[in-house]
Amino acid sequence: MQAHTQAISIRTLWRGGRRPMGVSYGKLMMWIFILSDALTFSGFLTAYGFSRFEFADSWPEPDEVFSHVPLLGGGYPMIYVAFMTFVLIFSSVTMVLAVDAGRKMLKNKVVLYLFLTILGGGVFLSSQTWEWYHFIKGEAGALQLKDGSIVHFVKPKGMRNGGPVYEKVSLVGEGRAATPTLPQLKRAFEANPGVQLRILNRSVLPHSQGDAVFAQAKAVVRGANLVENEYGLPQFADFFFFITGFHGFHVFTGVLLNLIVFLNVLLGTYERRGHYEMLEKVGLYWHFVDLVWVFVFTFFYLI
Amino acid sequence: MADQTITAIWKVFITLSIVTLAEVLLGIYRPEFLELKLFSGLISLLNLTFILLTLYKAYCIVWFFMHVKYEYSNLRLTITLPLYILLPYLIFILLVESSHVREILGL
Repeated sequence: MQAHTQAISIRTLWRGGRRPMGVSYGKLMMWIFILSDALTFSGFLTAYGFSRFEFADSWPEPDEVFSHVPLLGGGYPMIYVAFMTFVLIFSSVTMVLAVDAGRKMLKNKVVLYLFLTILGGGVFLSSQTWEWYHFIKGEAGALQLKDGSIVHFVKPKGMRNGGPVYEKVSLVGEGRAATPTLPQLKRAFEANPGVQLRILNRSVLPHSQGDAVFAQAKAVVRGANLVENEYGLPQFADFFFFITGFHGFHVFTGVLLNLIVFLNVLLGTYERRGHYEMLEKVGLYWHFVDLVWVFVFTFFYLI
Repeated sequence: MADQTITAIWKVFITLSIVTLAEVLLGIYRPEFLELKLFSGLISLLNLTFILLTLYKAYCIVWFFMHVKYEYSNLRLTITLPLYILLPYLIFILLVESSHVREILGL
């Protein structure tokens, strides 16, 4: 077909009744939708970059925020997000394989690969739920000062680039323990003389300055929501919830679309129609969801 | 099974996996020599590496998985030109403005 279309002149091609783009109306519209959606996500991510550059000194370290792995607990940055990335990439591969099988009208292969794709989407969504749960629940807890800034409790861990590196310590109790009140937290702080205080611009104050810092204290913050965030600036939590939430919503929609197409494949709708083009359109959307995640992964977790 | 399309799909998958693995390893170990700041402190070598690898992954997904490489140039340009024009502009404006806001607020 391609050779045929290329043989006719450009003028005839664009005069109507043909497909100058070489794709059907539905597929072209899917592309236009993806284009607009790509611009939307670019807007979100550059807005994130804007805030991050603006508050470069006080932005939370991604490594400290997302370090949980199921069954292993905290302290393993990147591992679980990397797993999520692989799941999404792999589900993209099974989607291409399903589309390829659809072109060859191999119904059973389409069923298999599309099922794996839906499974991958499900695993990704549950992983994201789990990650949100840990982000919202919080970890080591922090002290919020009257100016709204966050103070972390840290201990020196080692040296790097000629300067000391610190790790956060929890003074608020593990697991489901109730969040302590300010006086309780202060007592816990005084009982641990090795603990130092890391303030807004990441500089660390010695334990002896504790009284001065606690005099400015407003509340004990644990976990993150749209208003307060134990990891640092609340803006970070806002962007995290909004961007990964919007992406998760896309994944959810993608799984839903895949399910509808899956049912139609089982019912033989596309066999009767003579082609699996609907699968290609939904496939484009699914790859786009993977594409967005590639960028979210880089800007939220790596950089 | 020696289907060319399927071989190509798995090749792209392996490429994407290797790049992701490299990103993850760099993200975990953060080698000190990559923390060198470039362009008067705007970005570190490590972050620049992450961004370039990400763009490469995006290219693989869009060109091979989304099949753009094999579409007519009409369609290819309809999809990519707006992004090529608008995105650098958006990124430039927002990042320049953010350092400006930062200076004004004295952060």
